[in-house]
Amino acid sequence: MASVKLEINGETHTVADIAADTPLLWVLRDSLGLVGTKYGCGGGYCGACTVQLDGQAVRSCSVTAVAAQGKHITTIEGLANGDELHPLQQAWIELDVPQCGYCQAGQIMNAAALLESNPSPSDSDINRAMAGNICRCGCYVRIKQAIQQASSALAFNAMGVEGELS
Amino acid sequence: MMYPAPFRYHRPENLNAALQLLQRLGEDAKPLAGGQTLIPMLKMRVGDVTDLVDIGRLPDLDEIQLGESEARIGALATHARIAASSVAQRLPSVRDCAGGIADAQVRARGTIGGSISTGDPSTDWAPMLHTMAAIVEIQGPGGKREVAIDDFITDAYTTVLQTGELVTGVRIPLPPARSGGAYIGYKRSAPAYPTAAVGIQLTLDENDVCIAARCVLSAVASRPVTSAAADAALVGTRLTEEDLRAAGELIIADTNPPADVRGSADYKRSVLRGLFLQVGAKALQRAKGENIEGEHNYV
Repeated sequence: MASVKLEINGETHTVADIAADTPLLWVLRDSLGLVGTKYGCGGGYCGACTVQLDGQAVRSCSVTAVAAQGKHITTIEGLANGDELHPLQQAWIELDVPQCGYCQAGQIMNAAALLESNPSPSDSDINRAMAGNICRCGCYVRIKQAIQQASSALAFNAMGVEGELS
Repeated sequence: MMYPAPFRYHRPENLNAALQLLQRLGEDAKPLAGGQTLIPMLKMRVGDVTDLVDIGRLPDLDEIQLGESEARIGALATHARIAASSVAQRLPSVRDCAGGIADAQVRARGTIGGSISTGDPSTDWAPMLHTMAAIVEIQGPGGKREVAIDDFITDAYTTVLQTGELVTGVRIPLPPARSGGAYIGYKRSAPAYPTAAVGIQLTLDENDVCIAARCVLSAVASRPVTSAAADAALVGTRLTEEDLRAAGELIIADTNPPADVRGSADYKRSVLRGLFLQVGAKALQRAKGENIEGEHNYV
C-alpha cells in the first residue's frame, strides 16, 4: 500500500492506503470523487480518461497515481477559470457537440493540450492530435468544428477583441 | 480489462539501484518506464509479473543529443519529445516514426527504450532503427555493453537483454549527404498497431545512382524482416518504380504474415507492396534534399 500526494487542478490532495499500482483514473474517481474523468475501455484504446500531466494529454487509466506525483494534474473540473469556461467548453456548448457525451471530457482535455502547443491547428493537425480519442456516437465533425472555433476565440482574446463570434 | 493483476511496486533512486533490484528480483520483475505497453499487458494478465521496478524517473536517461557523427537518444526519451527534437529535424525517418506511433496520449508517455525492450513484433522503433544501423546501449550489474539493433530482438517479445539488464539508450550513426529515409506504418486507427510497416534508407551518388540501401518490413513476422538481397538489388540502380518494385518483391515474397484481425497473409503482402513503393519514393525525394513530411497511413 502507498500514500500519494497529488497536485490536481491547483490543489494538493493526499490519498492514503491505495495499492501502489493503482492507475490515476481510480484515484481521481473513487478516492477523490472527481468523476468528470470517465472510464471507457480501461485498456488504453479509447481516450475517455484523458487528463493532462504538466500540460500533456495522457490516459489516466495507463498512468499509475504514484507516477503522477510531483506533476501538475489537470482534469476537466479544473479547465475553466472559475466561472469563465475554457473557450473549448464554450464552443462545445455553442455547437451542441456531444450526443451521449461520455467521451467528451477526454476529447476536451486532449484538445486543450493541442491548443496549448499549437494555437492555430489545421484540419490535419487536429485529426492527427485527436486520433487517440474515440467517439462512438460519431461526433467527430462537430468536435473538429468546436476546436477550430475555440482556436479562433483564443486568437481574438489574444488580440483583446471583445464580443460575440459569428 | 479493468485492474491489473496485483504486483509489488519499487521505485529505486538511481540506475545502479534499479539494476541491482532487477537482478535480485529475477525474471518475474519488469522495469516500468512510460507504461504504455506494460500496463495494458498487465491488465490483460499477460505473463506472471510479481514486481514492477519503476525506472520512469531515473535521472539522466532521457537526454537527446545530436552530435557531429551520431545522434544519441536516452532510453527514457518519450516519442513526443523525440518527434520535436533536433534529431528528428535532422533525420526525417525518425520524425516519421516518433510522430506516427499510436496517438498523442501514448506519445506523451511511451519511451523509445520501452518500445524496443518489449520486442513486440508490431512496434515501430526497432525496424526504423534497423534502417539507420543503430546501436543499442545496455547496462547491467556486470557493466555496459552494446548490441547492434539487428541482433537485439531475437524473436517475438524476446531480446538479448539478460535478467537485471536495462537499455540505457540508442545511438544512431548520422547518414552521409545525399542519404534519405522514410518509415510508414499502415494502421486501422491511431491507437492500433500497424497492419504492416515499411522503412527504407537510401544513399545516392552525385549522379543519383543508389550506392547504399537498407530496407525493413515490420508487423508481419515475429521480428523485423530484413533482406540483404533486396538491399543489394537497389544498389546501382536509379531507383525507378520498377527498381523499387523488383527489390520489394525480393523482401516481400518470402514473408508469411500471420492472418489475423488485421487481414489475411495475401492482403498484408498487398499492403506491403504498396507501402514499399510509397516509402521508397519518399526516401528518394529526401535523399535528393527535398524536405517533405510523411506520416502513417490510415485505412
